[in-house]
Parts: sequence; structure tokens; C-alpha cells
Amino acid sequence: MIDEAKVKHVAELARLRLSSEEVTKFARQLNDVIESFKILDEVNVEGVEPSFHPIKTENVLREDNVEKCLDKKTVFKLACHKEDDYFKTPKIV
Amino acid sequence: MDIEEYVNKIKSKKLNAVNTIKKVISKVKELNKEYNCFITICEDEALEQARLVDKNRKGRLAGVPVSVKDAICVKNVQATAGSKMLEGYVPPFDATVIQRLKDEGAIIIGKTSQDAFGFGSFSVNTNMSVPKNPFDKNRSAGGSSGGTACVTQLADFPHIGIGESTGGSISAPSSFCGVYGLTPTYGLNSRYGLIDYGNSLDKIGPICKSTHDTALVLNIISGNDPRDQTSLNSKKIDYTKFEDIKNYTIGLPKQYFQNISPSVKKSVEEVISVLKKLGIRFVEVDLKTTKYHIPAYYLIAMCEASTNLAKLDGVRYGSRTSFTDSDNYNDYYTSVRSKNFCAETKRRIIIGTFARMSGYRSQYYLKAMKVRTLIINDYKKAFEKVDCLLSPTMMFTAPRFDEIEKLDPLQEYQSDLLTCGPNLAGIPMINVPCGKDENGLPIGFHIIADHLNELKILSVANAYEEAMKK
Repeated sequence: MIDEAKVKHVAELARLRLSSEEVTKFARQLNDVIESFKILDEVNVEGVEPSFHPIKTENVLREDNVEKCLDKKTVFKLACHKEDDYFKTPKIV
Repeated sequence: MDIEEYVNKIKSKKLNAVNTIKKVISKVKELNKEYNCFITICEDEALEQARLVDKNRKGRLAGVPVSVKDAICVKNVQATAGSKMLEGYVPPFDATVIQRLKDEGAIIIGKTSQDAFGFGSFSVNTNMSVPKNPFDKNRSAGGSSGGTACVTQLADFPHIGIGESTGGSISAPSSFCGVYGLTPTYGLNSRYGLIDYGNSLDKIGPICKSTHDTALVLNIISGNDPRDQTSLNSKKIDYTKFEDIKNYTIGLPKQYFQNISPSVKKSVEEVISVLKKLGIRFVEVDLKTTKYHIPAYYLIAMCEASTNLAKLDGVRYGSRTSFTDSDNYNDYYTSVRSKNFCAETKRRIIIGTFARMSGYRSQYYLKAMKVRTLIINDYKKAFEKVDCLLSPTMMFTAPRFDEIEKLDPLQEYQSDLLTCGPNLAGIPMINVPCGKDENGLPIGFHIIADHLNELKILSVANAYEEAMKK
């Protein structure tokens, strides 16, 4: 069961601020969705391994050589809050 | 004129790429006013590429116009993935598939409309632009690669579309717009440069006007890429060398023919009789896990999406807002996200975060991953007896926007019943247009095969396409 209090709590964890209308609407809609997932409860998965990928993948390793990557100037061009070679954000602590 | 004929004319200097692209750009600007198929039309970049083509006259796609789903990065062209959260983000690099297309002389003309981050089946879940159906402007072009399928249908010039599918986002719009759309095996095409939705599900694929064009594009964009850890190292094959399908056995999953609209059912039955005449044998297949496809898919997709979208913080790129010294980071991060994500994006982040929370992770996320194993096994078992599976692509034809507005999220999710299973299993599928319904709207059928059997589905699609020309 997902109620309005739960929606608010999860939204806060996901760094989303919802209006009171959104909280009411989402609580109903999300509850319907979560309830519909419960059909999976009837599946017996004892001894079944999870498929984190749909096809077998293998670790990919390469030689530890320095390769070209995006230069700082290009990266910082995308940000508007910056100072010297740093991104600037509001206070974290 | 098909793509090969056009490319030959460019190479033999019978056609000039700059002049052609100028005409194409002017045409797509007009189309965009009516159909909203593009978020960005990149005229300057396209003409720059065209000048290079005129200089070199090289490549298997020399001078061919390409429209790309907005979630796939093209160097120096805005990429929003259909969300205001990324408005103004101009990637300084090309996605691998884009680089491969450009290396063959292809010309990127624009970035197409889509559901934000791919979250939808009708391309309406966006705060950017909503593409319209080429056959009826009051109806959806399908989603989430709606803009790409729309422009591919409308283009009266040689054209390639590039889409991306997580749970059906190539098949659904291709079916609603009446074009060919191939979703490859997971890992066949590099995901490098794709703005992620669900990392274990996302696949980039071609949306084209014929099977041959689709196969040609797959030849070019597929293959291992060291920049994508999940990229497969499979044998390179020529997808345009179609196989003889005479001795194929095709399975008809009985669960995939329930609740289908009568016109779609009739059309697909006609396809089956055409293919029978070509020597294909049909058998019924029982995919017992079908009722778990939607819940397992949405759980996995939303869990992965909610972690992917956490990186969008309004600091390094995309939308941002001003702040003062007294503001705090969490409030800033929260306010940029809350303002720029649309309702469906917020819903998926909340469900995905909820399903990964301590206390719920085993019940939802891990359970869905285990059910996925059973779903993959179900398909694998079917492919022991058949070469391919065939079904309608969508249960219905393109719905009207006023009908979509009345749908609850859960009802919208249920429209993916026929597409999310194969997407979850990472197996390849192609939508093939097969006629129209009573309203003149396109109908499509799906051919699905085991991992890395793209040649089989293309061979069946081509055989049907050729048979219908006769």
C-alpha cells in the first residue's frame, strides 16, 4: 500500500518536491501500479538466479594506458555555475 | 529512389549533397510546423556535413539525411531527451552509432520528439514537443521514438531514422506510423552516447522505409564498442544478404492474439496466409510467462530509470537556476528537478525509488529480475522449436490524443503487452507494416527471434515486403 505520506517520503528521498495536488493524484495512481506488481508474488522463483542483463555479458578490460578524454574547457563550457576549475553549487554542509 | 540508388548518384556527382540537404531542410521545417516531429533541426551542422560529402563523395550513406531520437547525442546539437531538464545541453561528442553513420557520409538533419527520457508509449509524456500521427493529426505517432517514426513516414526523400527502445519504443511508433523499425539484440549496437533510461534494457535501432534500408543501417551501426561495457563481441554479418525462408517454422504465441482489435487481427491473419504461401510452416506456441511481462518490465525499467536520473542535478549541464550564498544544495537540486521533470518522469522516479528501498528491494526489484530469467527461458524454449515468433506489434492502431488523456498510467503501461516481453529478454524484433484499418491508420506485425538472429527477422520481413509488391 502506498499512501500520501509514503509518496511524500519517497519523493523527498528522490529529491522531488510535489504540490499537494500531485501528492493526492500520485498516491492513487502509484498505488494502482504497485498493486498490479503483486501478481509477481504468485511466481515461484526458488533457486532462480536474477538476470541483471538479458544476455551473458563479460567483464571488459583494456590496457591501462592514458587515452584522450574531454578537456576541462569543453566540459566547463556546459556549466553556468563555475569558478576557476570547479563547478559551483550552493552550500552542501 | 531508394538509399543505394541515391548514394550512387551522390558518388557519381549526378547529385549534389549541399543542394539536396538544403531542399530536405526546407521540407522538414515545413513538416515540423504541422507534425512537431523535431525538437531541433540542425541546419548549419547538416550543411557542414553535406559540404564534406561533396568534397569526398565516399561512404555507404553518402549524403543520406538522418533523423535521430533526441536521447542520442550528436556533437554540437542540443540533446534534451524530450525533457526540459536537459534543455540547453549541447553534447561535445557523438554517440558511437552517430559516429559510425557520419563515417559513412550520413548527414544528421535533426533531433526528434519523444516522451521525456523514453517514458511512454504515445510520445505525450513530455514538456517539449508532441509529435502527431502522419495519417491523422489528432492521433499519436506512438512512443517513445514518435518523432523519428513520424518523419520517416512523411519523408518523400531518401531518409533514415534512428530510434531507441527500452520496452517497445521502436516497435510502437513504427507500427502507428507504418514504417519498418528494428529493435536489435541487447548489446549489438553500442549505447555509448545514449541518455540512459534503463541500462539493462536500452537498445538503439533503425527506423526506415524498407527492410533493405533497415538492414543496411544495421550493418553500419552494429558491432563491438569498447566504450560500452555491455557491447557484445559478436561475429559481424551482412544483414542485407537475406536468407531463404522457405523452410522456416514460425511460432504464433497464443497469448499474443488475445484482446487484439478486430482490424489488427484480420490484417495479421492475412500476413500469415501470405507467408504460408511462401513455404513457411506455422505452429502455436504457449508463452506461459506473458502475464508477468508488464509488471516485471516496469519494475526493472523504473528502478533503473530512477538511479539514472539521479545524476541530473542542474549543476554540470542542462537546466539550472540561480542561487545565493545562503541557499543549500539539497534545496537547489530538489527545486531544479521538481520544476523541469514532467509528471510521468516524477511518477517513474518515485516508483523506482520505492521499489529499491530497504525492506522492499527483495519483494520488488530482485523478484522482477528473477522473473525475468523465467521469461527469457520461456522464449528460449520456444526457439528450440521455431525460427521466429510472429504476432501483432500493437493490440490496436494509433489512438486519438483525447483518448490517451483519459488513460491512467497503469492503462498506458498495459498497451505495451506485446512489446515489453521481447524487450525484457533482449531478443531482436522488427515491426513490418501490413495494411491499414477502417480509419486509414497503419497496422504492423512483429517478427521476433532469439538473441543475435537479426538476419532471420529481416529475411522474413523482406520476403513479406517483396511478396506484397507483386
